[in-house]
Amino acid sequence: MTRPVTTGDAENAARLISFGMRPKHLPSRDVVYADLVRRYGEDSAFKQLTNSVAAGFGLMVLDVSHQAGAVLAATDESVFEVKMDSYARQSKIRERRDTEKVLHGLVHLAAAALGYPRPDDLANDTYIGRVSVDQVDGVVREACRILDERAAKAEANNDPLSDSPELEQAWRAYARRPEAAATKDGRLASDTTRGMVSRALRFLADQGFLVQVSGEQGGTYRTTPRYQVQVRELAADSAFAELLELGVVAVGDGEGTLRPSISDTL
Amino acid sequence: MPALVSCAVRDSELISGGLVDEGLARRLKALACTAPLHDLDARKAKLDWADATVYQMAEIALHTIDLVTIAMDFDTGADHDDVVRRLQPFIAAQAPRRSAEEHLRVARWVLDNLINVGTTDRGFRRVYGTVDADGSYQRRAFDFKLLVELAAPDGEVYLRASDEAINVLVGALDTDVESAQIAAEVKLENLISRGRLADAKLAAEQARYRTVQYGETLRAKLDATRRDVRAVDWDREMPELLDAALTHIEARFRAENAILRNITAARDEAEDVDHKRRAAELVDIVGDCIKRHTQLQARLQAAGAVFRAEQDRQQFSGPPQRATVDLFGQILMPALELPIADAVAPLESYFHACTGLALPTVPALPSLVSLLLRPAPERDKLVGEIPEPELVPPESLDQYSDEQWRRADELLDLPEVPRRLSGVLAEARELDPELPGLVALRALHSYSPEVGAAVRQGDGAALLAVDDGTPLQDVEFGGADLLLSTARLVREESDDDEEGAA
Repeated sequence: MTRPVTTGDAENAARLISFGMRPKHLPSRDVVYADLVRRYGEDSAFKQLTNSVAAGFGLMVLDVSHQAGAVLAATDESVFEVKMDSYARQSKIRERRDTEKVLHGLVHLAAAALGYPRPDDLANDTYIGRVSVDQVDGVVREACRILDERAAKAEANNDPLSDSPELEQAWRAYARRPEAAATKDGRLASDTTRGMVSRALRFLADQGFLVQVSGEQGGTYRTTPRYQVQVRELAADSAFAELLELGVVAVGDGEGTLRPSISDTL
Repeated sequence: MPALVSCAVRDSELISGGLVDEGLARRLKALACTAPLHDLDARKAKLDWADATVYQMAEIALHTIDLVTIAMDFDTGADHDDVVRRLQPFIAAQAPRRSAEEHLRVARWVLDNLINVGTTDRGFRRVYGTVDADGSYQRRAFDFKLLVELAAPDGEVYLRASDEAINVLVGALDTDVESAQIAAEVKLENLISRGRLADAKLAAEQARYRTVQYGETLRAKLDATRRDVRAVDWDREMPELLDAALTHIEARFRAENAILRNITAARDEAEDVDHKRRAAELVDIVGDCIKRHTQLQARLQAAGAVFRAEQDRQQFSGPPQRATVDLFGQILMPALELPIADAVAPLESYFHACTGLALPTVPALPSLVSLLLRPAPERDKLVGEIPEPELVPPESLDQYSDEQWRRADELLDLPEVPRRLSGVLAEARELDPELPGLVALRALHSYSPEVGAAVRQGDGAALLAVDDGTPLQDVEFGGADLLLSTARLVREESDDDEEGAA
């Protein structure tokens, strides 16, 4: 049984999407929002209508739930897309621009990896992770150190070639970047790795993906259900697909590997 | 041609086998670590705020690394201001007549240069060459740091000396820490028993650097443990490690206490003032070593508690409820291993997908009013972006085109008979309205010709201008109507004498 779509339905669908655009606004605190979320789950015609309205805006509905509300993602070239070029530092030299992009990408990835250390944490809807600036930087540096030790053990000399900087491995760029740097007024310099991490975490908090818990360890945050949906339903998959294409990733079991894979390299 | 072939084979064998080996690369790297220090002395003459040539910059730099290394312990390192303050007496001793302000500035300059403030990575890079398996030469980059800045738990930034710096400081320290430590202790004991205190002080200082390095190694291990409990085998491996470390500390305590007793006695019994002072210094150094061991021991004892706390924090989970990706192992680690050029695409697509929406801001009058009435925001914790200067090659400043230069060359080529400037100018004006300007400038320039420079550059001829008192009659230019002629430069084998043929 299908009933015709009314203008009221269209308005409600658009309203649900506009609720989704306010990431800190949650269904549990708003009766109208909660009602729309319930209707999205029960009424398949309304669900389709909402998805279509979103698609028209260049948006994708990732999930609509009581915990997370309507979680939306921007499709390519949408006006709602967060541009990496405007987030990372602008540079006219292409290699340097790429390095900045890679470092910011790694920082965001590490924040998610630390928030959801095991595959199960990402799958479990009730899991709430904690991340802090210290830990995110620490996890990446530790991974870099292990890769460095592995490189040192390898017979071949694999120091980067000086005339092709774009072939340098990403971990070397991260390890080389200082963790912190003193500035004249005692604040954190923004192009250090801790500066980047703390920027990323504050950015995610502004987007409703993290909530600041305390200022300890350079800033400690907890994850929100919205972040879990975003990472699980879209971000992890899209990066994973790219890596699969490059043929550098192995399909693992359910154990999770947030641990140095060689224990004797300590 | 078998002879040629075998010769070529031998060449490549020589390059890949005998001449260029790994040891060469290692030595080149060791050499590179000292380069920033030499660089300081090379650049000191160019400083515009002081005549810094009286200072021995490499000495000051080594002393700085020294100070930072000694101040390093488990949690923190040296404070910038502390280091600068302690450096000042050392610098003042080199130039007592200079102002304290200048000493301070020198200290800051050396410290900044050791950190390499001003570069994005705050480090150094030296290029060295290697020969790969098929005999081709490749340039590789060696990145290193001397002093590193790290953030303390309280958010302050402090300094630590890198492994490279410690190696530079103490010499070739690329050895097994444990055995080097034992050797230094034995040597120290020997020297003290034979009463050679000057040597003993040196050995004790080296022993202290080794202790610091040993502590560094252990700190890295403990850090890794705390970061991730699952990383370490706490069933067998870790207790063994802690046991070994504790046994080591026990042995060191015994040895150093014995040394301390010996030299304390030597200090008290010594009659010679110098002897007494050296012994007193030794007591200080060995006392410091013992303090460091105590710190290390405290860390080792706390390691168990760290493990238990981390274990409590950890939850136990079943198999995943649905298929998901392992973020760390399947995305982060592979991405870290990719070359930067390849890593951009996956990381960018991750970034796009994980950052949510950027909502375009719509200007509205009510929000504008509240925006204007809002109190000034508190200062951000982060410094804003520091623009990095990107140097673009300057635009061409040549006033005259190559063609005009060529024509001027032709006009001013006067090997036989000298000409008046006015005549040349008139001829130039017929060719090109802008040409007389260039001709006049060149004539003026050749009024006092730098014959020596022309000879050094290997030019075949130089233009000469002579003023014989005739005033110049020209629409554009005034002055003397110079006599112009080209002088041929004849170079002789024995000396660089030149001969004018006008």
